[in-house]
Amino acid sequence: KDSISTKGSELRLYNCFSDFCFDIFCYFQKGLRHLSDAYECLDASRPWLCFWILHSLELLEEPIPAAVASDVCHFLARCQSPAGGFAGGPGQHAHLAPTYAAVNALCIIGTEQAYNIIDREKLLDFLMSVKQPDGSFVMHVGGEVDVRSAYCAASVASLTNILTPKLFEDTTNWILSCQNWEGGLSGVPGLEAHGGYTFCGTAALVILGKEHMLDLKALLRWVVSRQMRFEGGFQGRCNKLVDGCYSFWQAGLLPLLHRALFKQGESELSRQRWMFEQQALQEYILLCCQNPTGGLVDKPGKSRDFYHTCYCLSGLSIAQHFGNMDLHHEMILGKEDNRLVRLQQSWAGGSAEQGWIHSEIEPTTTNKQ
Amino acid sequence: KLAMSGVEEISDESVEVKEGEEFDVEAEDHLRDDFLLDPTRYIFYRDRKEWADLEPVPQDDGPNPVVKIAYSEKFSDVYDYFRALLKNDERSERAFALTSEAIELNAANYTVWHYRRVLLQALSKDLREEMRYITAIIEEQPKNYQVWHHRRMVVEWLNDPSEELEFIADILSQDAKNYHAWQHRQWVIQEYKLWDDELDFVENLLEEDVRNNSAWNQRHFVISHTSGFSDAMEREIQYCLYQIKKAPNNESAWNYLKGILQPLGLSAQPGLLERVLELKQTHCSPYLLAFLFDCYEDALENSKENVAEEEQQKTLKKALEICQLLAQEDTIRKEYWLFLGRSLKNKHGKLNNYTFELCVIHPELEII
Repeated sequence: KDSISTKGSELRLYNCFSDFCFDIFCYFQKGLRHLSDAYECLDASRPWLCFWILHSLELLEEPIPAAVASDVCHFLARCQSPAGGFAGGPGQHAHLAPTYAAVNALCIIGTEQAYNIIDREKLLDFLMSVKQPDGSFVMHVGGEVDVRSAYCAASVASLTNILTPKLFEDTTNWILSCQNWEGGLSGVPGLEAHGGYTFCGTAALVILGKEHMLDLKALLRWVVSRQMRFEGGFQGRCNKLVDGCYSFWQAGLLPLLHRALFKQGESELSRQRWMFEQQALQEYILLCCQNPTGGLVDKPGKSRDFYHTCYCLSGLSIAQHFGNMDLHHEMILGKEDNRLVRLQQSWAGGSAEQGWIHSEIEPTTTNKQ
Repeated sequence: KLAMSGVEEISDESVEVKEGEEFDVEAEDHLRDDFLLDPTRYIFYRDRKEWADLEPVPQDDGPNPVVKIAYSEKFSDVYDYFRALLKNDERSERAFALTSEAIELNAANYTVWHYRRVLLQALSKDLREEMRYITAIIEEQPKNYQVWHHRRMVVEWLNDPSEELEFIADILSQDAKNYHAWQHRQWVIQEYKLWDDELDFVENLLEEDVRNNSAWNQRHFVISHTSGFSDAMEREIQYCLYQIKKAPNNESAWNYLKGILQPLGLSAQPGLLERVLELKQTHCSPYLLAFLFDCYEDALENSKENVAEEEQQKTLKKALEICQLLAQEDTIRKEYWLFLGRSLKNKHGKLNNYTFELCVIHPELEII
């Protein structure tokens, strides 16, 4: 990085983010309508494609045309299962991951039409149907268990205000059992600590109000250790390679931990910065993760995709903005245009703040289409 | 990686012309003379007479579709017929055969896998053959959730784990950190109590790559479920220090050392601090320094009543020096090390003696 931070090339590289704005918007516009057959492997994840693209647009403060928003609503309605929850595509079985994606995508759209798509009663039925006696959730009926499911369930339950104590009985203890000797969380108890699973478990606990039951100090040590001292980006697991998507899954833990420690009475927390190197992460994303034709990637040499685009941008937002409701500090690398929307103000973060926006939805009313 | 991306390596730019079982295309793009007679030629389901009784169900994306995938003709054809089977809940051999095709086109379609399992049971299919099938699929696509879950179901139905450890070892020989593989391995070992040879397996992996964090995790898994760490502690500490001497900058070994000692307290282990201070001379690393900090912090947190305050403050001073050092050396974590120092000082720091004495002797004096 020293070799590229000569003044001229530094300016060029830091500027290129906003210079490629046009291309990135083309990438999203096209993708939201049409995808090549290379995307056949995501035919059971189409609500994810909606979510990744809409969330990226939201971060870039690009408005979503009403017609597009309406079409997404109609499509997601077709992905909703008659038995509740959302599936990877029309006619498929409901699954917690596309359920998370669909509900969050609808919340990004945020219109009355969007909220009305969700059959909340049936959604609760679906969540109960995948709930296990030990507190965990399977991802779909007859499917596998891992901590992603708890996060998907907690997220949609809190957003749609169908959270009941019974729904998450024993879930807290199950998630806690995923924290291992490394300090991070694994997909299921016993496995290696991993960024994606750690985010899911921690965010789920935040939503349930139980994050204080984790060993927060051990978790903090683990996650800060995942930032790569040379690349500036984050690795998913100890001794593995950097990947742009962990800019969100890993760095996203720091705001959660900051808040959790604060609630625990920690008085020495910074009032200006998260406990990771914000500038270094922005540098990794802007200098190494941009595709010159628009979109973002895992690492140099990899091809772009909507998943990496979404999570690189999400991580960039976190690295640019410190704060909560009352306090806000910015640290924008490069041009002013590089600024993204602050993540806490958007839908996708795992923060418990999500829930308050839907207080207007009464727990007892059903939403009819 | 979470099951959210799947196109990491694939360019979404060009629609590549796919070579397939459809037809053999010569370099000059001519069809072979025997094209129509070629028995290996692919025939769409819509053209197969054995399927003529079934009305295909096209995908209903609605009038203004979004995220519409440009499926190949083959993909659409197979899935149109899959949807038809699903709609009728048809439980037949032909349905079973079609699920293989649907899986090959998209192995992440969990609805197809579920249906296949329903058919396996409804048709009393040969599960040994299914094991051979899933073995081949996993070898081709080892990073997919559905394939591993399917294998687990078949193993459970057969109640036969006898092939598992060898199979997983083979997958791990291709990617020693495959998360699904390790998950399946832990399930098999725990479910069928196959602990006996696992520590050896782990040690071999660590011989091959001492930085394999998955192997270190497996080590922890095996020991915690077998002997436990009380008897094994000295041996494990020895093992760690041995590996650290060989590769001083291996974070996994340091994390493991801390991980096994933490439940008892780092300062509870006699002589350990001294051994690490010795290592500091020749095998220093940010991980060693962090470990020292953790020892000092543990001493402060868990000090016995007879530890003099002066002793405590000395320990605190050493801990804070390490924080300072780390903030300078491990700069990517500077914010964190500074926080840790402030936090520790806030918790264990005392008013310095001079100030205290001033307060006592001259209570009316305003202390600025």
